[in-house]
Amino acid sequence: MTDDAFISIRNVGKSYGSFRAIEEISLDIAHGEFFSLLGASGCGKTTLLRMLAGFESVSSGEIYIDGQPMSDVPPFQRPVNMVFQNYAIFPHLNVAQNIGYGLRKLKLPRADQDRMIDEMLELVQLTGYGKRRAHELSGGQRQRIALARALILKPKVLLLDEPLGALDKQLREQMQMELRRLQRAIGITFVFVTHDQEEALTLSDRIAVMSGGEVLQVDSPSGLYEAPKTRDVASFIGNMNFLDAQVTGRVNGHAYLDVQGIGKMDIPVKGTTLTEGDKVSVAIRPEKLILHDTAPAGDAIAGEIELTTYLGERSHYHVRVPGCDVPMAISSQNSHMHDPDEAKTGRPVWLTWPNDALIVLER
Amino acid sequence: MREGTYIKQPNRALQVYAIVFLIVLYLPVLFIPLFSFNDSIYVRFPMQGLTFHWYADLWTRDTVWAALKNSLTVGLWVSVISTCLGVVAARAITRYQMPGQNAIVTFAMLPLIVPGVIFGVALLVLVSRLGIPLSLYTVGFGHLIICLPFAIATLLPRFEGFDRSMEEASADLGENGWWTFWRVTFPMVAPGIVASLLLTFTISFDEFIMTFFLSGTDTTLPIYIWTQLRFPREFPAVLALSTIILALSFVMVFVALWIGRLGAVRDQVKATNEGA
Amino acid sequence: MVSVPDAAPVRRNRLTAWFRRSEAAQGYALMSPTLVVLVVGIAVPLLILIAMSMWTRDGFGFDMTPTFANYERAATEPIFGTLLTRSFFVSGLATFFTVLLCYPMAYYVAFHVHRNKMLWIVLMTLPFWTSYLLRVFAWRVILGYEGVINSAFLTAGWIEAPLEFLLYSQTAVIITLAHAWAAFAILPLYVSLEKIDKSLLEAATDLGDGPFTRFMRITLPLSMPGVISACFLIFIPTTGDYITPALLGGPDGVMIGNLIQLQFGPVNNWPMGSALSIVLMAWIAALALVFLFLTRKAKDQLA
Repeated sequence: MTDDAFISIRNVGKSYGSFRAIEEISLDIAHGEFFSLLGASGCGKTTLLRMLAGFESVSSGEIYIDGQPMSDVPPFQRPVNMVFQNYAIFPHLNVAQNIGYGLRKLKLPRADQDRMIDEMLELVQLTGYGKRRAHELSGGQRQRIALARALILKPKVLLLDEPLGALDKQLREQMQMELRRLQRAIGITFVFVTHDQEEALTLSDRIAVMSGGEVLQVDSPSGLYEAPKTRDVASFIGNMNFLDAQVTGRVNGHAYLDVQGIGKMDIPVKGTTLTEGDKVSVAIRPEKLILHDTAPAGDAIAGEIELTTYLGERSHYHVRVPGCDVPMAISSQNSHMHDPDEAKTGRPVWLTWPNDALIVLER
Repeated sequence: MREGTYIKQPNRALQVYAIVFLIVLYLPVLFIPLFSFNDSIYVRFPMQGLTFHWYADLWTRDTVWAALKNSLTVGLWVSVISTCLGVVAARAITRYQMPGQNAIVTFAMLPLIVPGVIFGVALLVLVSRLGIPLSLYTVGFGHLIICLPFAIATLLPRFEGFDRSMEEASADLGENGWWTFWRVTFPMVAPGIVASLLLTFTISFDEFIMTFFLSGTDTTLPIYIWTQLRFPREFPAVLALSTIILALSFVMVFVALWIGRLGAVRDQVKATNEGA
Repeated sequence: MVSVPDAAPVRRNRLTAWFRRSEAAQGYALMSPTLVVLVVGIAVPLLILIAMSMWTRDGFGFDMTPTFANYERAATEPIFGTLLTRSFFVSGLATFFTVLLCYPMAYYVAFHVHRNKMLWIVLMTLPFWTSYLLRVFAWRVILGYEGVINSAFLTAGWIEAPLEFLLYSQTAVIITLAHAWAAFAILPLYVSLEKIDKSLLEAATDLGDGPFTRFMRITLPLSMPGVISACFLIFIPTTGDYITPALLGGPDGVMIGNLIQLQFGPVNNWPMGSALSIVLMAWIAALALVFLFLTRKAKDQLA
């Protein structure tokens, strides 16, 4: 394991009978990091989180937290605490009792416990709510209590299982800011499970994209967005146009490609193993494509508008390019007054792109 | 305030029917207390005037006290044991994936459906073949078989409604299995346990047919009433005793259902917990 | 913060490791006391009952050579067949009237009670929890020769002499059974009615059905599972009822349950009583299968 790895997941696998839920995952998470596990439902992200918490046993491999192997440590002795997806607020206890639940073992004087609970209420901005019962609280308030209840034990790691999934959009955005603020303030490691890529991009220092029980890529949000390593990652994070292409040649640092619908082009590529004859995908983000009403000077591809979606601050276009199977998606800022004529189906347009916007992915 | 949708508009005829139905449901039973205060050994109109004589008479009968003691002893033991058995069964069924658990539940529910006579004679045959003398123990075992389905049926929904993540949250916050049970599981299913204790006690206290087949010389109150029914002059005393038993049952069951209802309120909380 | 224990990982032997992993084994172990009681209290007695039904009485003991003599008697001697048929007839009528009378009540609570629904349900089921013996006894007080009805009518001058058909008749048994088992009908009926999506009724109305047609075409078919289980829950237990026919039946109202009791009591022919119990069980099992089939069919139609 690397020196600064605070949580180290070494070749961890999980199988239920013959079904393999997690395939040999290795991951390092640094101290104080906001780390997200991102993937569609059933990709194994929640299983991995529950293995960190100790609710699922590890079939193979080992998890180390702060240098300690965790296999034989039961959940109630692990230095981690969890915010559950449904918050799991104890219905028979009030807010203060919920937050102070884990303090029993510390055998502190009553006054100290009360003080700690008050501090936590203040931290999550619920001062004065101590005597309320669970059913008197809103979803956002329950979420804060679940946070306070986990944080009062000063865990080394806080695990969050889709904690914002149940909230409406506005509240979710507000809670995202809050989580970020809290994490900065207390400086502990957060491991956050979500299926919402926007949420993961907003919150995380690093993200592990998971699919089918495997980690596809671990990177910073911008790294994942700008330099996805596989087609799956590229299509899971944001929108992406994919064009089939074939490698026709390689000269140091450059690859010559024959791209469907565009023709021959050369692209700077670093350290890939591409060789002549390889079938690849050329990917480009919709917002990196530039739409022109008249033919620009230099390289451009011509097409015609197939569909326009007006979204206020920007518009989405589908442009049919001869030779391409699917229309190209373009997203552009509406920096000028919107002209309904521009949206007409069949209007001829030209597309250009900055040279570094193209990503070559193996197929 | 009434809900004014077309489908739910009030229906006067149905309303009258419902009220008549409730009256007919309760009226027959109400004649028992009514005539228990009647100053006549005949149960007939016109009534002869108010008296507490029949109750006073009961007070002096040693056999009644003995039967009451037997009923209470059996009822307490049966309610505690059947509730404990119900708790472990409900816990196992909801907590673990077990092949054949539906079959087990159906099997345990048999005494609810199969006529009591059959279980009565079946157990009678068993204890006689084993050479066990009829006593309050055999009565208690018979009651246990009758009460167990009620205990399981009362407890199972409570344990089913119990959210696994509550226990996980407790473990996550540092409590081991034992403490988690006492701090989370038990308080959350407690309404079900109390309801089960009250209901099974009431059922055991009122049980007749099993007791009829399985009791020896020590009898319970329902058997005492049964034997007294043969003597017309004992009718008023039986009415008085029945009144006491009915009152007790009504109170216990009302409390049990009310507590069960508190549990239902908690379920709603849990639902909002999940649905929020 | 909870600290990691310093102790080395605990080694468990293989058996405990298997046990910890096997969910089913843990579950069965947890509920083993209950299973023992169920086996000893239900399965074993029924098996012994089957065994005994093939014995014969021999003085004060039993001849344990297996024989079907008791079953032959049950099939050939008219008294047994008559009582069995009568039991089914009486229970069938009681079931019919109970379900018929309880349906509007359940309907009312499901569709027309908006506040305190729980209170209504408690009110409707509360009497059921009180002593069955006493509820039956109450009807004897009412229907008796000098009972409530007769004495009230006599006092009012509506009748000259007490109505004799009230007590000790099949009618008395049917009335009492219908009354005593009402809660068993109300609950399943209520549950199935409550489940009906109100928007279906609105859709039917929107498509031109009046209240009556709507009831016949939507509400009644959708509540059939409740009707079937209500019938099941009343019919099966009442066929073998002992108390009601014993207290109110008289000679005409005797049912199979009383006959079984007689064999174990005064007649003292336990093997014969066992055989009759098994015959009753077999009929019940067959009927249960029919009900099960009907329920499944009703549910399939809804699904």
